[in-house]
Amino acid sequence: MDLTDRAEHKIFREEVRDFIAAYRHLAPEDTAHSYRLMPRPYSDEVRNWQKLLVEKGYANRTVPKAYGGFGAEPDILKSKIIADEFFKVNVPQGLYSQGISMLVPTLLEHGTEEQKRKWIAPTVRADVFWCQGYSEPNSGSDLASLQTSAIEDGDDFIINGSKIWTSSAHVAQMIFCLVRTEPEAGKYDGISYLIFPMDTPGIEIRPLQTMTGHPSFNEVFFTDVRVPKAAVVGGRGNGWKVANSTLAHERGMLSNANLSLERLQKIEKLLKTETIDGAPVGENAALMDRYIRLQARVQGMRLHEMRLITAASMGKPRGLEDLVCKLLGCEINHQLDALAIDILGEIGVLYDGIPSIDLDGVWQQLYMYDLGLIIGGGTAQIQKNIIAERGLDMPREPKTTKG
Amino acid sequence: MFFGLSEEQLLIQDSFRGTLDRLVSLDRIREISNGNSSIDRALWRELTALGLPGLLIDEEQGGSGLQLFEAAIVATELGRSMASVPFASAAIMAPLALKHAGSDTQQKEWLPKIASGDIIIGTALAQAASGARRGAGVTASNNRLNGKASFALDASEADAILIADEDSNLYLARTDAKGLEQKNLPTIDGARPLSDIILTDVDVEHLGNGSKDCVEDIINAGRIILTAESFGAGEEMLRRAVAYAKERKQFDRVIASFQAVKHLCAEMAAELQPCQSLIWYAAYAYDNLPEEARLVVLLAKSHMDEVGRFVARTATEVHGGMGYTDLMGLHFWFKRIGFNRAQLGSPEKLRAMAAAMQGFTGAITPASSQTAAAR
Repeated sequence: MDLTDRAEHKIFREEVRDFIAAYRHLAPEDTAHSYRLMPRPYSDEVRNWQKLLVEKGYANRTVPKAYGGFGAEPDILKSKIIADEFFKVNVPQGLYSQGISMLVPTLLEHGTEEQKRKWIAPTVRADVFWCQGYSEPNSGSDLASLQTSAIEDGDDFIINGSKIWTSSAHVAQMIFCLVRTEPEAGKYDGISYLIFPMDTPGIEIRPLQTMTGHPSFNEVFFTDVRVPKAAVVGGRGNGWKVANSTLAHERGMLSNANLSLERLQKIEKLLKTETIDGAPVGENAALMDRYIRLQARVQGMRLHEMRLITAASMGKPRGLEDLVCKLLGCEINHQLDALAIDILGEIGVLYDGIPSIDLDGVWQQLYMYDLGLIIGGGTAQIQKNIIAERGLDMPREPKTTKG
Repeated sequence: MFFGLSEEQLLIQDSFRGTLDRLVSLDRIREISNGNSSIDRALWRELTALGLPGLLIDEEQGGSGLQLFEAAIVATELGRSMASVPFASAAIMAPLALKHAGSDTQQKEWLPKIASGDIIIGTALAQAASGARRGAGVTASNNRLNGKASFALDASEADAILIADEDSNLYLARTDAKGLEQKNLPTIDGARPLSDIILTDVDVEHLGNGSKDCVEDIINAGRIILTAESFGAGEEMLRRAVAYAKERKQFDRVIASFQAVKHLCAEMAAELQPCQSLIWYAAYAYDNLPEEARLVVLLAKSHMDEVGRFVARTATEVHGGMGYTDLMGLHFWFKRIGFNRAQLGSPEKLRAMAAAMQGFTGAITPASSQTAAAR
C-alpha cells in the first residue's frame, strides 16, 4: 500500500494541472453528464473542447495515433490522475457517450482495420454520434433472445425488426446494433454486431417519452433496411461475444465514484446553506445521520475504485470486486439524490423551468434518471445474478428454454 | 500509487491465515466460548511465536516494528477464524498507549513483556470512546484512581489494565492491585472478556505524556482493528453461506441455484467488497495521514458495523433452520460482529462524531467533549 505518486506520475499530475490552467477558459459549461440527462447534438464549444482533450491526450488517451488518438501507453493511474485533477477544479472531462465509451473500445478489440480507420477518429472527436441497438420489446434482461433479423441478400443484409430503449437515436448519425444473422444457429451463436448509418432507408425513430419528461430513449423500427455485409464487427455469428465485451465497458462507465462524490459535495453545501427557521438544515441529526452513512459509502466506492485501478494496472483479471460496481454505484447515487430532495423539503419537488433555482430542480431529475440507470445496462437483479454466478461461483437457474 | 497488499503484507496474511486454519476449529471455538476462560491461551502462545503481541512494538523492545496496516491485515484473519485472543487491547491499544504516552522507563519496563506474550494488558477506554453510562467515571489524584470503569475489554484475565480517567489521562493498573475489583459481564460473545472495574484508592502508574488527542488516536487504532476483525468475520459468514447453499438441496436442486438465495449472497458480497478498501485506507491513513485518519476511521467502523449486521443476519438466513442451531456454529461469528459493533463507539455515535468533526455543530458532539460538558 503506497498512495503517493511515483516520480513519473508526479510530473504527469503537474502537466495535467498546467494544461487545465492554460486552457480552462475554453471549457464548456455543459458536461458529459448533462448530455446523458438530456441527449441533444453537441454544441461547437463542446466538440472543440473534446478535440482539444483528445489532441493533448486527456481523453481516450490510449487510442492509437493511426486512428486519430494520442497513442499513449495504457497507464490506468494516469487516467485516474486526469479524472481527479479535472474533477477537483470542476472542469469538464472528456465525453463519455455510448460511441466513445463503448463502440470505440469494441472496434479497437474486434474491428477490421478499415472500420477502425473510418470510425474511431470522428467518434472520439465527437463528430459522429452513435446509438446502441441492443434491447428489443421482448428481449430486455434476456438480451440474447433478440429477434431482429438480418437476412443475407447478395453482398447485403436486409434487416427487419425493432429496438427499444435506444438512447439518443434521434440525434445519432450511426448505430451499433445486434441482429440475428443465422436463424438456424443457437440462441447465442446466431447474433452479429452491425454498424450502419441511421439515415439508411427503412429506419423509423419514435421518441419514447420517459418519466423525466425528456425523450432520452427511442423505439427504432427497421423495415427492409439494406446494410452491406462489411458492416459486421468481429465476424458473423460472433455478436454475442463482441456485445459482452462492450457491456463490460458500459458497466465500468456506469460506476464512476467521482460522480457520487460530486453529488455528495453538493449535498454537503446544501446542508450548510439551506436553512429552516434560520438554522442550517445540517443541524437536523436525522438528516446528518443519513448524510454520514452515504459519505461512508461514497468513500468506500472511491477507495474501492483505487483498489481496482491498482489490480488492473497489474494485469489482474476482473473478478468479484469489479462485478459489484454497477450495482453499488447506481444505488448509492440514487440514495444521494433522495437525500438531497429530502433536505430541500418543499423545495425538493421543484422541477425544470424555474430558472432562479436551477440547482434545486436538478435533484428530482437525477432521482428519476438514476433509477433508470439502476434498471438500464443490466438491471440490479441481473447484476446480482452476475455477482452470484461469476463472482461467487453459484450455479445458474436451470434453463427452461432451448439455448 | 499502489492500493493493495505488498509481497510482504501478503506473506503476513498467508502465515496468519495458515496458522489459524490449522489451529482454530469449531470445537475449539465452542470449548472457549462455553469454558471458564474467555481467552484461548494455547492459541495466544502459538500466535506469539508469529509475533502477534509485538506487531506494533519496536524491534529493540522485542517486537516486529510493523504498522497498523499490517495489524489490520492480521485482525481480518483473526476475525475470519473467530480466534479468541485479546488482540485489540493487549497488542494494539495498550502498546500504543505506552509508546505515545509512556516514559522511556515505562516503555522499557512494559513493552518487552507485552511483545513476548508474558503479560496481557486489558483496556478500559469505553467511557473515553463513547461516553459514560450508568454511573461510570474514573477520577484520579496523586496516581490513585477511584470510581468505576465500565466495559473494559479483555481485562478480567489480564495482568494489567490501561485506564483513562475523565480528563483523558492514561494509567496502568495491575489487576492484583489493592482496591481493584472486577465484575465479569456475561455477553453474547463468550470468547471475549468484558468487565466492569471498581476502583477504590488504587495505586496506578500514570502514563504522563498523553493528551486528549493521544487517547483518541489510541481508541481509533482499536476501532480499526475491531472493524477489520468484523470484516473478516463477515467474509467468513458469506463464504459459509455460499458453501452451504451449494450443498443443500430442496425441490431437487441445490438452493444456490435459486435466485432468492443467490441475490442474498450477491448483496452480502457487494456490501463487503468496498469495506475491504475502506479498512485498508483507514489503516493506511492512520499510519501516514493522521489528520485524514480521524474522519475515515469513524466512517469505516460505522459503515462496517452496519454491513456486518446485515451480513450476520443474512448469512444465517441463507442457512435456513440450520443457521439458527448451534450445530453449524455460525452464531459465533454472528455474535462477534454484534459485540464489536457496540465497542469503542456504536455506529450512530460515530456518525454523530463524524458530523461534528466536519463542522455540523448542531449534531451531537463527540463523546469526549460531551463528557467534559456534563461535568
